[in-house]
Amino acid sequence: MADLINLIENWLESLILGWGASQELTLFILQAIGSVVVVIICFVIVIALIWVERKLAGRIQDRFGPNRAGPFGIFQSFADIIKIFTKEYITPEGAEKGFYNVAPVLAIASVLAIWAVFPFAVNVIGADVHVGVLYIVAVGSFGILAILMAGWSSNNRYSLLGASRSVAMLISYEIPMVVSLLVPVLLSHSMKLSDIIGAQQPWWYLIVAPLAALVFLISSMAEIGKAPFDLLEAESELVAGYHTEYSGMKFGMFYVAEFLHQYTVGALITIFFLGGWGGPMAIQWPILGFIYFHLKTFVVYLVISWIRLSLPRIRIDEMLNLNWKFLIPVSFINLVVVAIADRVMMDFDIARWIYVGIMFGLNIFILFVSLFLAGKAKPEVERETFPTRPVAVPPGTKSK
Amino acid sequence: MVPVLVFAAVSLVTLGAAIAVVTNKNVLHSAYFLVLAFVGVASVYVLLEAPFIAVIQVLIYIGAIAILIIFAIMLTRRLMSKDMEQRNHQWFWSALGALVLFGVLGWLVYSANWPTVEGAVPKDPITLMGQELLTTYVIPFEIASVLLLAALVGSILIGRESDQESRSAE
Amino acid sequence: MSIPLNWYLVLAAALFSIGLYGVLSRRHAIGMLMGIELMLNAVNINLVAFWRYIDPAKITGQIFAIFVFTVAAAEVAVGLALVIAIYRNRNTVVVEEIDLLKE
Repeated sequence: MADLINLIENWLESLILGWGASQELTLFILQAIGSVVVVIICFVIVIALIWVERKLAGRIQDRFGPNRAGPFGIFQSFADIIKIFTKEYITPEGAEKGFYNVAPVLAIASVLAIWAVFPFAVNVIGADVHVGVLYIVAVGSFGILAILMAGWSSNNRYSLLGASRSVAMLISYEIPMVVSLLVPVLLSHSMKLSDIIGAQQPWWYLIVAPLAALVFLISSMAEIGKAPFDLLEAESELVAGYHTEYSGMKFGMFYVAEFLHQYTVGALITIFFLGGWGGPMAIQWPILGFIYFHLKTFVVYLVISWIRLSLPRIRIDEMLNLNWKFLIPVSFINLVVVAIADRVMMDFDIARWIYVGIMFGLNIFILFVSLFLAGKAKPEVERETFPTRPVAVPPGTKSK
Repeated sequence: MVPVLVFAAVSLVTLGAAIAVVTNKNVLHSAYFLVLAFVGVASVYVLLEAPFIAVIQVLIYIGAIAILIIFAIMLTRRLMSKDMEQRNHQWFWSALGALVLFGVLGWLVYSANWPTVEGAVPKDPITLMGQELLTTYVIPFEIASVLLLAALVGSILIGRESDQESRSAE
Repeated sequence: MSIPLNWYLVLAAALFSIGLYGVLSRRHAIGMLMGIELMLNAVNINLVAFWRYIDPAKITGQIFAIFVFTVAAAEVAVGLALVIAIYRNRNTVVVEEIDLLKE
């Protein structure tokens, strides 16, 4: 019972081998079934997440979330799905048909493909490639292509503007994301995801490399387009950005891709910085590892939602300044310092907790120095400050 | 049997996409087909048991170069809707030349006696690559980084709007 | 090794010839650049195929391929900056119309 997933897999394997299939065909069928199961799990999770998000947003904004469709509104997601399925597809005139239809599929495919390399438990992993970290970054860049395709083929000025701005932001924020991802790779001496998780027991990389975790969190939030970086779909500015002209299930695919991407980023932070499936008794009972993984991912998802619902949107030039002038130097310096410290301490063979303490101290030191230096930078544009004056004055009163 | 089928499918997709790149009237559509050609080439690398090169191909070519090309096409469209003739006056002779080159190369490939080895792929290619890059090939490594720095600075300088142009645009 | 080395080399040769046709016969400057990218990809396929079939123990073939990636990326960046600068000055990207130096 403890090793439920492998139990099911072994039973299926013996079943298919018993039907007379060759070894390779059995492997292929099992992998196909596995990927279908992962995709179904992803979509079911997204349905639950939409409800959680709307309820959470409601409560943080001091209102009820949806509470009509079933007790506590739990059937709201299903109502949304039915609505999206039955909406009419309105294709704008002059849109390039093929690419217009392919773009939402590509967006959701690029997010689902990341799930192929996730280790859910100690011996449950889709594909344990040697270059797991690079694979994740590479597949994420397909989503950027989908946005460009969607923006251009809609034949709409605002879509194109929204797509160009969002692509400029996305490719800029890939750099600190990749560089801060290199820190766990450096510390665990491998690019395989199972090795990275294995090297994190019992000290999670959140404690050994907190600055890398922070930089990765910020740049991932920019990558998924959540506030304060959400000018990809700033409703008040660009209508709806690159998915203005999409309706019905095509828009539904972009919507699902966005939620799934947020959950995937939570999973990435869990794997790289929070110890993945690690936890008490996770190795003896792998099913517990599966539960820990999803629990930690859900916590990170809630943190990202919390940040999203509390902060205002920042302007595009401020955002690009933040990236090029703060995040990239900080992440590079962090990488260099961690690399040097790791190499020096490797020669001395010191106890693990002293190593963790020194790394933690170094990270906090770099963070404070960079925040101090960033605070001293003068803003480029001198803003005129006007004296305050009351805007609406009742007739008959003297203004101050 | 299965590798042969996979190779046939992958090479069909790659060559078909490449032909679409060089013959399509709409240069943006050729850019999309170029992305498909890159995906095909990455699959060829996976067939050749070089997963690191395959992932680097997707990361660099599709994640950076293709996006850059599409951006540049979007920035330099004169008229949004008109597609012009894409073949210049020497297209027939260049097609002939390309065919002749392919024939010569194919004949060369089949008449040479390649010393193939049934060797095994190293178990940890990335560690090996890291060591080689920093010991045997450290000079090309450093020169490559200087080249990238020069390309970075040069492309920013060349592509920048001069102050005159931005003033006249206001 | 059920796929002989010759097949990979012929695939690379075909890709190279198609890229060559693209460079020689396109009018759009970026179209020519895409042909050059196809040629560089063909060269990379050759390098990795030779690495796999002739000496897989040494990693030299893959390192050579990585350097080709680096040079291709640098070249695309500078080439596209040039195309954009030319477009700003001459308002055209058709290479036949950029002929001020011709007599």
